[in-house]
Amino acid sequence: MKEITCKLLVIGAGPGGYVCAIRAGQLGVDTVIVEMAKPGGTCLNIGCIPSKAIIHAADDFAKTVAMAAGKNAMGIKADNPAIDLAKTMAWKDGITGRLTLGVAGLLKKAGVKIVVGRAKFRDGKTVAVETETGEQVIRAENIVIATGSAPVELPILPFGGKVVSSTGALSLTEVPERLAVVGAGYVGLELGLAFAKLGAKVTIVEALDRILPLYDTQLTQPVARRLVALGVDVLLGTKVKGLSSNGEALLAETGSRDERRIVADKVLVTVGRKPVTEGWGREELELDMDGRFLRIDEQCRTSMRGIYAIGDVTGEPMLAHRAMAQGEMVAEIVSGKRRSWDKRAIPAVCFTDPEIVSVGMSPDEAKAGGREIKIGQFPFSANGRAMTLSAEEGFVRVVARADNHLVLGIQGVGAGISELSAAFSLAIEMGARLEDVAGTIHAHPTQSEGFAEAALKALGHALHV
Amino acid sequence: MAEKLIKLPDVGEGVAEAELVEWHVNVGDLVREDMVLAAVMTGKATVEIPSPVEGEVIFRHGEIGDVIATGTVILKIRIAGEGNEGEEPEVEDGFGDEEPQVTSAISPVAALEKSSEKQVEPLKPKAEIVASPPLAKPLPHPIGAPRAEGEKPLAPPAVRLRAKEAGIDLRQVPGTGPAGRITHEDLDAFLNSQGGGTTVATGLQPNKAVQEVKVVGLRRRIAEKMALSKSRIPHITYVEEIDMTALEELRMRMNGTQKPGRPKLTILPFLMRAMVKAIAEQPGINALYDDEAGIIRQYGGVHIGIAAQTPSGLVVPVVKHAEARDIFDCAREVARLSDAAKNGTALREELSGSTITISSLGAMGGIVSTPVINHPEVAIIGVNKLAVRPHWDGTQFVPRKMMNLSSSFDHRVIDGWDAASFVQRLKALMETPALIFVEE
Repeated sequence: MKEITCKLLVIGAGPGGYVCAIRAGQLGVDTVIVEMAKPGGTCLNIGCIPSKAIIHAADDFAKTVAMAAGKNAMGIKADNPAIDLAKTMAWKDGITGRLTLGVAGLLKKAGVKIVVGRAKFRDGKTVAVETETGEQVIRAENIVIATGSAPVELPILPFGGKVVSSTGALSLTEVPERLAVVGAGYVGLELGLAFAKLGAKVTIVEALDRILPLYDTQLTQPVARRLVALGVDVLLGTKVKGLSSNGEALLAETGSRDERRIVADKVLVTVGRKPVTEGWGREELELDMDGRFLRIDEQCRTSMRGIYAIGDVTGEPMLAHRAMAQGEMVAEIVSGKRRSWDKRAIPAVCFTDPEIVSVGMSPDEAKAGGREIKIGQFPFSANGRAMTLSAEEGFVRVVARADNHLVLGIQGVGAGISELSAAFSLAIEMGARLEDVAGTIHAHPTQSEGFAEAALKALGHALHV
Repeated sequence: MAEKLIKLPDVGEGVAEAELVEWHVNVGDLVREDMVLAAVMTGKATVEIPSPVEGEVIFRHGEIGDVIATGTVILKIRIAGEGNEGEEPEVEDGFGDEEPQVTSAISPVAALEKSSEKQVEPLKPKAEIVASPPLAKPLPHPIGAPRAEGEKPLAPPAVRLRAKEAGIDLRQVPGTGPAGRITHEDLDAFLNSQGGGTTVATGLQPNKAVQEVKVVGLRRRIAEKMALSKSRIPHITYVEEIDMTALEELRMRMNGTQKPGRPKLTILPFLMRAMVKAIAEQPGINALYDDEAGIIRQYGGVHIGIAAQTPSGLVVPVVKHAEARDIFDCAREVARLSDAAKNGTALREELSGSTITISSLGAMGGIVSTPVINHPEVAIIGVNKLAVRPHWDGTQFVPRKMMNLSSSFDHRVIDGWDAASFVQRLKALMETPALIFVEE
């Protein structure tokens, strides 16, 4: 096959890779992108998007179930709700299908050449791609490694059979009667809550003594309460030991050395994700590592000239929007623009019930610098719009410097609060002070009023609490 | 705690307003008694406003360049003990001259103003009237809380992007926004001040920065005056060369045999004395033309303005009654006034009242200039650079010390013939300097 020569080669068409390629194409950089599966990566195909589809379906179903059970305060009644999970999955696949086609279309529009296959470095300037029709050699001036991450597998619970990863869980066509979830991070909780709403008896096993260890307990409490309300068993400080010999149950040991036997039809293992640093010829290169990740500098350059890395393969937080921002930046650097990583905040969202958002510094992080801080917190129980949505659980919290009121961090928990993350991030990127947030008119009645109120609270004059 | 209100003082001449030209304090600053708070300008004189009290500035009104009515509260200072805020009703009805408590400390011109007889008691002038003091650099904007080590500079993404593209390290840019946020304007200012110097760009890059400089204070006066002169007065400029060889010889000799206490002579006092002589024959040259009233006032006294460059701009101190001063007295007075103007200590009356002006740039004098008449005068004599030039004496070239005079006249009232006659008279006097000293 004829060799391809290009200015920029992107390996992996996940959110980081495809954004990088599109931007490079826009800038007139001769760009090739290699992807072994469908464009869109984990995010579009087996991560963010499909999980949100299932979570939404589960939400709607749970609401209907509550209506049928006569537990709807608004007086809505329903009879015998049922869910056809296979149809739900087909709907979800329709969404991801449209999105992956959309990405392919955008790449094409930007003039990016897509090569389907598995890429492997030959040297720092050459990559060989195993395609369906043979080996394609690509020579590039610049190469971006955007190989992403994959779910971590536990040696005592290898994927297969009833043990599934998030990918497996997102393609179940029947709701398991009993679901054991290993790991109470955001993936485990998002999916555990969704399956509980779909009717599964869910047990979550977590080795640490708390759920969502990346967030403070104030933020996770509403989620913990919701787990209880949905009848989810959460076993904290409990280590899994593997499956029982007949494969019927998940074995675990509590902190007090009690053996637990959790009968389960499916075991979902969500103990984190690992960067994909193998399988693409890293051994042919001299790349410095940063722990298990590729080491990059503030321009996403690796230790080898002309080789960049972006996204999950480069470290935490492993989030699609971080990868996208890195991809965009690298494309501009390759096109000759002067850029470096200068983002002030990367928002993190948990699509649990209720949702959690965190942007910037938490109160503890802010205090850790020895800074005097001000904190303002506004509960949704005092917000009109939240009441009308029957979503009074949760709050918005603003953390600011005491001396000049610069907003350092904004967190919140509540139904649909993920959409407020935009306002939170913008405030931090713009260098807003409490007065800026409090002085901005937030539309009434919306949950966003909670943001301004939290800022007012920090300033000592909240109006609605 | 109480507040002391600082009002714009009556700076004399019956003016109802003055231009704010300098702020020396910001809100939040602690001030001591007598510390200069601000400077205002009327005419060409600048008046400093000292603090009558010790305390903290809690309010500031007016921006540099604003013209503010006399009596307007421009500052509030929080002081321990009683302030004057309670007296508001009393002082509300105008900034009374008889309000010693308020005015005493801030009536700087009382002792100098003839029109200030209304002052009940002689008030100690705590501020001096100064002639266009070299304008202090505007205070840097308050910079937000200092950044801790390793903390990133506070700037919105668009500013960061621009800085990145311009190769500017934002840590070096002072932020004037809230909490020390770096604004686009801060970046502009930084780029201008650097002249793009810190860019790591390769090669020459276009500098698209535009810096807005407010025309305030003395610069505004100069601008107005120049515009007035050039728009109303049809100038006629006449250039003549003068053989200064004889005058220079005389001058060297006079300086060489200097008696103690006698000033060193420059060309200027010779020119001044020559002008006095020439004016005696052509009094129409030494006049002020009030074109609105249609009256030309010819003055007996020859009050010669000497255009002088100071750090803050052009000022014109005036040697009064040059006709009554001998050459040494003229020299002495020129030296004294130009020092005073440069130091900013010239009195108001020393900066006004000229009837004719000399413009001289010394070594920078060039060969020809087109001086702008000091309105409402009718003539200005421009001195160009003296240089040794070859001169054809009829048989051969000889080196002569030559100097041009470029003089402008108001052509409405001075005809070209008269202008030329005046300059020719000056030429004759200066080429044969003994004539300057001939008593008639």
